[in-house]
Amino acid sequence: MRFVLFLAGVGMLLGMGGGLRAQEVATPPPGNAQRGKQIFQSYGCYECHGREAQGGAGTGPRLAPHPMPFDTLAKYVRQPTGEMPPYTSKVVSDRDLADIYAFLSAQPQPPQAKSIPALND
Amino acid sequence: MTSNRRNFLKAAVAGTAAVATNPIKAQQPTPAARLARAPLPVPETDPPASPVEVLTTDRPGADFMVDVLKSLGFDYLCANPGSSLRGLHESIINYGGNTAPELITCCHEESSIAMAHGYAKIEGKPLLVMAHGTVGLQHAAMAIYNAYCDHVPVYIVVGNSIDATQRRPGVEWLHSVQDAASPVRDFVKWDDLPISLEHFAESAVRAYKIAMTPPLMPVLLVADSNLQEAPVADKDRLHIPKLSQTTPPEGESAAVAEVAKMLVAAENPVLVADRCARTAAGLQMLIELAETLQAPVIDQGGRMNFPSRHPLNQTANSRGLIANADVILGLEVVDLWGTLHSYRDQLERSSRSLTKNGVKVISITASDLFTKSNYQNFERYPEADLAITGDAEATLPWLIESAKRLLTAERKRAFEERGKKLAAAHLKALERARTAATYGWDASPISTARLSAELWAAIKDKDWSSVYGVAGTRQLWDFDKHYQSIGGPGGGGVGYAAPASLGAALANKKHGRLSVAIQPDGDLMYAPGILWTAAHHRIPLLSVMHNNRAYHQEVMHVQRMANRHQRGITRAGIGTRIDDPNIDYATLARAMGVYGDGPINDPKDLGPALQRAVAVVAKGEPALVDVVTQPR
Repeated sequence: MRFVLFLAGVGMLLGMGGGLRAQEVATPPPGNAQRGKQIFQSYGCYECHGREAQGGAGTGPRLAPHPMPFDTLAKYVRQPTGEMPPYTSKVVSDRDLADIYAFLSAQPQPPQAKSIPALND
Repeated sequence: MTSNRRNFLKAAVAGTAAVATNPIKAQQPTPAARLARAPLPVPETDPPASPVEVLTTDRPGADFMVDVLKSLGFDYLCANPGSSLRGLHESIINYGGNTAPELITCCHEESSIAMAHGYAKIEGKPLLVMAHGTVGLQHAAMAIYNAYCDHVPVYIVVGNSIDATQRRPGVEWLHSVQDAASPVRDFVKWDDLPISLEHFAESAVRAYKIAMTPPLMPVLLVADSNLQEAPVADKDRLHIPKLSQTTPPEGESAAVAEVAKMLVAAENPVLVADRCARTAAGLQMLIELAETLQAPVIDQGGRMNFPSRHPLNQTANSRGLIANADVILGLEVVDLWGTLHSYRDQLERSSRSLTKNGVKVISITASDLFTKSNYQNFERYPEADLAITGDAEATLPWLIESAKRLLTAERKRAFEERGKKLAAAHLKALERARTAATYGWDASPISTARLSAELWAAIKDKDWSSVYGVAGTRQLWDFDKHYQSIGGPGGGGVGYAAPASLGAALANKKHGRLSVAIQPDGDLMYAPGILWTAAHHRIPLLSVMHNNRAYHQEVMHVQRMANRHQRGITRAGIGTRIDDPNIDYATLARAMGVYGDGPINDPKDLGPALQRAVAVVAKGEPALVDVVTQPR
């Protein structure tokens, strides 16, 4: 039961990713995608969002490819309004965030579902 | 050496006689007294024959206990052997012929109970479990709690040596107890300590009836070891009562008619089912109710309530439907409050209602018939507008009939329009799930979505039964039969999945179904001896490891605390990960006599590995494929 409640709460993040209008998108700060990949794991982001930021089953939304605007992501990470634990600047620096964002932006586009037989039964 | 009371009395009488007639063992007179006495004449009769100690019996009490247990129709008995049950154990395998029930050897009492838990959810009736009355029952306790929370019947017989004067010195004292059931009394529905065979028979039949009356739950009987081992004095006096099972309690008819009225009048009704469908009939009836109303169904998965590909299955859209509903009907919903509210686990915990003003909430559940105080499995109090006490499945026929009586042409047209919109929403949700599965498709560790999709591809053409799964499976698989999903542990106790899956597979065996479990790694490590049980008894089960090398739920909890305290956010894996060294589950399986393959790290290797394992299971053997996966 504990498992179900936890997942239900974390799932509140769903719907955050992508989809904002072009004029709202600011240029993200430069970042190191390789380091971003490393700290995406070590800081525990992968625990809910998956190691490729593909999203977890009921735990956290997909973040990549095509992540939400950097400012939106940064604001939410610092002061989440849903179930996600807060990552304050004391534990995740602005540079860390920029590197994580670079990692998210570097994720490849997945194959189309229709091209995968196992997803068409 | 122990002796039963009858032999003890015989020996005592014989011993007294021996002392009285044996000059050597008689009290010796003093020398003075000896001189003062005339010599005693030596008896010329033959010395009395030594009493013959009765050492055998061909009719122990345990034989009658077996007669009683056979009358209840148990197919199997799961047990880890214990001396307090040696009499009953021997009677089952010899007097009872080790059939109905057939003994299944388990390596841990937790496994015995969990096997019974999984078995009952497939077969619809309890499996017998024997456990040593002290240490064995302590091992079993967590699994009993799971079954209790999950409303699943498990029939438990524990051994105990009640008469202190009859216990062997040493361990039998350590393994005896005044009140054997006390450690689990908070989470069994009923228990008893029979002190005669007649008492055992009556209580055994009563226990079965209680276990099978909704809400279904575990029951426990104590089998005293003297009662098991002492000869039956007068077998003609013994009687096994007839089992008269209770009909499931239905909701009160006027209240159910009122529910039908509310549902038919509603513009946006929602049916929420959790442990609603106990049987195949329950699944069909929920389909009939939903189709009658063209109402969306949110299947919370406690049982196989509703087909996953049915157009009215709107589980993926549950949040929006709850928010927009004007009538919500909960059918055996375990956490109705949690269904209707969101909750934030932040430093200050908070919640808010998800429903709109004026919504009418209805609950139909048998849970209200049996609530205890200590363990808090009853969840937060739900504020229902109409709470009907009764078994939801048993209440469905009258609810369907009442709803059909209220249908008008106008309402039918409205329902038809609603149904079309819901069908379109269902298809969109399915497409979303398929698209979501493509992200991380080629990742290593392997994504849980890919694991789920590849496994579905490997089994979809078989008569399959998913006996344990992971989140996300439901949408990608086509569930439409009552045995294709059985829910989870109920009490959240880890260590359930492996043995419960095997118990369900045992029930599926005679039907020739392919049982498949997506097996969490941490769960298997609680009692991995269950793999040996699978091999020893040749129970066909495909276990596919969801090997994320962690107690991942706990990783996330510790991470949350580290974030909240703004320190050490890279250290949540300490005490929560299961790595360094990584466990080789395929080798573990092979060591237990189970086919093992893996570890599979490359997603391209997964499909072929699963096909090989399916072929093994199709031959009637267990198989395990170790898949190194993403966390969730």
